[in-house]
Amino acid sequence: MTKKSDTAYADFMARAYAMEMDASERYADFADQMEVHNNLEVAALFRKLSHVEGLHANRILEEMGWKQPPRAVLAWRWNDEPEPPETAAVTDVHYLMQPWHALQIGLKNERRAQKFFEQLVRSASVPAAVKKVASEMAEEEREHVRLIQEWLKRVPKPEPGWDRDPDPPVYSD
Amino acid sequence: MNAPAVASALTAQDFKSDYKPVWCPGCGDYTVLASITRALAALALRPENVAVVSGIGCSSRIPAYTTCYGFHGVHGRALAAGTGLKVARPDLTVLVAGGDGDGYSIGGNHFLHACRRNVDLTYIVMDNHVYGMTKGQPSPTTEPDWKSKLSPAGTGLREFHPLVIALASGANFIARSFSGDPGGTASLIAEAIQHPGFSFIEVLSPCVTFRPEQRGWKEAVRPAPVAPTDDPARAARRLMTDDGFNIGVLYKGSRRPYATDRRASQELAELEREFAL
Repeated sequence: MTKKSDTAYADFMARAYAMEMDASERYADFADQMEVHNNLEVAALFRKLSHVEGLHANRILEEMGWKQPPRAVLAWRWNDEPEPPETAAVTDVHYLMQPWHALQIGLKNERRAQKFFEQLVRSASVPAAVKKVASEMAEEEREHVRLIQEWLKRVPKPEPGWDRDPDPPVYSD
Repeated sequence: MNAPAVASALTAQDFKSDYKPVWCPGCGDYTVLASITRALAALALRPENVAVVSGIGCSSRIPAYTTCYGFHGVHGRALAAGTGLKVARPDLTVLVAGGDGDGYSIGGNHFLHACRRNVDLTYIVMDNHVYGMTKGQPSPTTEPDWKSKLSPAGTGLREFHPLVIALASGANFIARSFSGDPGGTASLIAEAIQHPGFSFIEVLSPCVTFRPEQRGWKEAVRPAPVAPTDDPARAARRLMTDDGFNIGVLYKGSRRPYATDRRASQELAELEREFAL
């Protein structure tokens, strides 16, 4: 017989899987957008971020022994936000953005994910089994924050006017 | 440990084609595409049983980005083509998609009559209050005081209210969503497809190139404070006082959808006699 805490644990892992997959798909979308606009350096970076999030999602499947991905609820809410905490807003990108911008997006998402899991750990209504795994995930996200911060030290900060295009693809005059 | 529920055979990814969208990075239409594919997967439909019909404009590129049957038609005529298709092939799920310029200006007349006819279609308008593809002219839903290089003093014209027009013209399902909420949008699209008759969803979809201030829509939108109504009079009052940022199903009618009598009214021999010289 499935215990209530087991169900809560499986529900939580299904939600964590959806969160990782959503982040992976959004980064892949961004990579496609950058490729279409010939910003190949940033495209490669987003592709890498997408791959990493995909690995996290697959690890959840393996840990749970799920042969098929769990079905995502169409309109899940995430702390009253419509999108998961690790998913970047679709309006966050620009065709002239640089790796520094892409890493800033990644950093913001990892921090939000960390906060999301930490809130679960602090919540009184969350079962102990869920708290335990949420605590591990918060720790992982903390590590990702640190890694991205290190990565950011190796990329140049964009000069002011980085988004100025002398030959813009859109008419404005 | 069992998963809560196993995914259906087809996923949203199966409804996406190999063509990469050429929209501007940051465009809201990317998530509308994701919402459509999620809704179709959630309804366990198959691409060969769905047709996506569009007109002209940025958002009207959408059929090519799906694996469904697609028809990228003439400016403003998406609803005419979609109506013809649904009447001829009622077995298909027909989605009609486009933008505010295509749907409310060039196609405004078709919009009225598609609502009136109440054919079982789902019409998704990605509304960004601007003509994006043709470089930023004011559209029917542009605010009268929006100033740009192409309208330096604003248009001074009252904006079109598509949801009010849809209700007055007879649409059977009226909803508004926001592209920044792809899950909520997918849920509304799924509900619209399942609702009989003409379903209309206005999706607020920012144009970050010509209307970068629309990034602020994320803070402006909110769930509609009241449940959907099936009373047109109540819906009219609600929509007339709406500020354009209430999200959700706003009207759910029960009018019977249009359907043709597909039985032959005359025998073939009888028809032949009429044409005999």
